[in-house]
Amino acid sequence: MWKYILKRFLLMFPTLLGVAVVIFVLIRVVPGDVVELRMAGDRGAVSEEALAKERARFGLDRPVWEQFATWLLGVARLDFGRSMWTGAPILEEIKLRFALSLQLAVMATIVAVLLAIPLGVIAALKQDTWVDYAVRIFSIAGLATPSFWLGIVFILGLLIIFKWLPPMVYTPFWVNPWQNLLQLIWPALAVGYRYSAVATRMTRSAMLEVLREDYIRTARAKGLVEKLVLSRHALKNAMLPVLTVIALEFAFLIGGLVVTEQVFNLNGLGLLFVQAVAHRDYTLTQALVLLVASAFIFVNFLMDLMYAWLDPRIRFR
Amino acid sequence: MAVRVEAIREVREPSRWIRAVRDFCRKRPLGAIGAAVVVLMLLVAVTAPWLAPYNPVTVDFGAMLAAPSAKHWLGTDAFGRDVLSRLLYGSQTALIVGFGAALIGATAGAVLGVGSAYFGGRIDLYLQRLMDIFLSFPLIILALAMVAILGNNLPNLITAITIPMIPRCALVTRSSALAIREMPYIDAARAAGFGHARIMLRHMLPNVMAPYLIMLTAFLGQAILLEASLSFLGLGVQEPTAAWGLMLRGAAVEFAEAAPWMAVFPGLAISLAVFAFNLFGDSLRDALDPKLRTL
Repeated sequence: MWKYILKRFLLMFPTLLGVAVVIFVLIRVVPGDVVELRMAGDRGAVSEEALAKERARFGLDRPVWEQFATWLLGVARLDFGRSMWTGAPILEEIKLRFALSLQLAVMATIVAVLLAIPLGVIAALKQDTWVDYAVRIFSIAGLATPSFWLGIVFILGLLIIFKWLPPMVYTPFWVNPWQNLLQLIWPALAVGYRYSAVATRMTRSAMLEVLREDYIRTARAKGLVEKLVLSRHALKNAMLPVLTVIALEFAFLIGGLVVTEQVFNLNGLGLLFVQAVAHRDYTLTQALVLLVASAFIFVNFLMDLMYAWLDPRIRFR
Repeated sequence: MAVRVEAIREVREPSRWIRAVRDFCRKRPLGAIGAAVVVLMLLVAVTAPWLAPYNPVTVDFGAMLAAPSAKHWLGTDAFGRDVLSRLLYGSQTALIVGFGAALIGATAGAVLGVGSAYFGGRIDLYLQRLMDIFLSFPLIILALAMVAILGNNLPNLITAITIPMIPRCALVTRSSALAIREMPYIDAARAAGFGHARIMLRHMLPNVMAPYLIMLTAFLGQAILLEASLSFLGLGVQEPTAAWGLMLRGAAVEFAEAAPWMAVFPGLAISLAVFAFNLFGDSLRDALDPKLRTL
C-alpha cells in the first residue's frame, strides 16, 4: 500500500509541471502584454524605451526558459511573486478572494448533496416509473440550464415577487453571518442545481448497477430488512463513484465559477482570473491556474487512494 | 380439393434504419422527444430568414424595450431589436458552434484515443500524460484562455471550445479501443500486412462508434452552453450578431426589472436546446452502451 501511495503521489508532479508549462506558454502567446496594456492609459506618450525599461523590470526581456525557471523556483518556495498589474503580492490577491470562493463552493456542494443523493436513490429504486422519469428530467434540465442565467432569474424573481434584492456587497461570514448567507445562498442554489444534476445521475446509475449485484440478492435472501439492504449494502457501495464526481466538481468550483460570480457581483477567484487574462497579468494568471489545477490533481490523488484502500485489487495492478 | 395458390404478396420489410428509428421512439420516448426538438431547431435555424418577423440587427429607437405585444411577440431589446427574431437567428449561431465544436472535438479525440490504444507503449504513456494535463483545467478556463489567444471570431470560438473537449473524448474512446486491439480480427489484419493507418481507420474506428456517438451528443449541449457563457462574458460572438448568450449580456441584466423578457427568453432558448440534446444523447447512450456513465 505504501508503495502505491508513494508512486501515486510522485505521479502528481509531472502533471503539475505540465500544467505549469502549458499555462506559462499559453498566456505568453496571447497577443499584447501587461506593459503595453498598462501604458495604454497615457496613449501615444509612451516611448519604445519606456516600454523596454518596464519590461526589463518584470524580467520579460530575458529568455523564456530563464523566466520559466525563475518562476518555478519561486513556486517551489511558495513564492508566487507580485501581480504585474497591481503590484500587490499574489498570495495577498488570492487570499482576499479565496474565502469567498471556498465558501460558495462548500455551500453549492451542500445544496448538491442534499438534492442528489435522495433523488438519485429514489430514481434507481423506481426505475422506469414516472418518479424515475421526473427525476431524470429534473436532472437533465439542471445540466441544460446555464447557472449564470438561473442566477439572473433568481434575482429577477426576488425583485418582482418580493420587491427585495439580495445584498450585493460581500460581507464575510464572521462579520455578519446572516447578511453573508442572504447574499451567497442564491449563487449557491444556482450553481448547486447544475452540480446536483451531475451527482444525481451518477447516484442513479451507480445504484442501479449495485442493486443487480449478487450480494444484494444474498442480503435480501437472508431476510434482511429492505431498509438495511439499501443503506448498509447498496448505498455504501454505490457511494464511491458519486463521491468521486462530487469531489472533482468541488475542485473545479473553487476557481471555475467565472460567469456566475460576474452575475452576482462577487469578487471571487473566477472573476480574478478573467481580469488577470484581460490584463495579461502573467504572474497572476499562472498562479491561479496552478492553484485550480493542483486542487483538481490533489482531489484526484485522494480519490485514487480511497479506491485503492477500499479495493485491494487496484493496489497490486 | 384444389388449393388455390394466391400470388404471394411481397411484404416489404421496412429498411433497417427506419426500424431502428421506430424502435428507438417506442422504447425511449424521452429520447424521441429530444430528437424531435433538435430536428425542429435545425428547421428553425435553416428557415430563420423566412420565419423571423424582423431583421435581427435592425435598430429601431422608436421601439426600445417594448413589452411583448402583437407587434413584437417577445418584446424588444435596448436597441429596439425584436427579441423573437434575434432568438430565431441565434439558433443558427448556437447550432453552428455546437455541431462544429462537438464534431471536431469528438473526432479528434477519437482519433487520438484509438491511436493511443493501438500503438500503446511509450506513445500511449506520453499521450495519456498530455491528456491528464489538459484535463486538469476547468473547461471554461481553458476555453477562455484559448479565446484570448485566438481572438474571437466564429471559427476561433469553435476551436477554443473544441480544445478542452478533445482529451475527454480521447479518454473514453481509448478505453474501448484497448479492448478492441486484443481482438483476433486486428491480429488478422496485421498478419494480412495492412498498414497502421488502414487498421486504425478501417478496423478500429468503426468499432468505437458507440462511445464516439455518445461523446458527440454529450458535447453538443456542452458546446452550446460554453458558447453562451463565453458570449455572456463578452468573449464569444460579437455584437450585432444574434447569439443567445450575447442577448443576456449588458442591457438584459441592467434593465432586467423593467424589461424581464430580455433576460428570460434567451436563457429559456439555451436551456431548451441543451435539454433536447442531452435528452437525446442520454437515451442514445442507454441504447448503445448502458455501462458507460461518464458525463
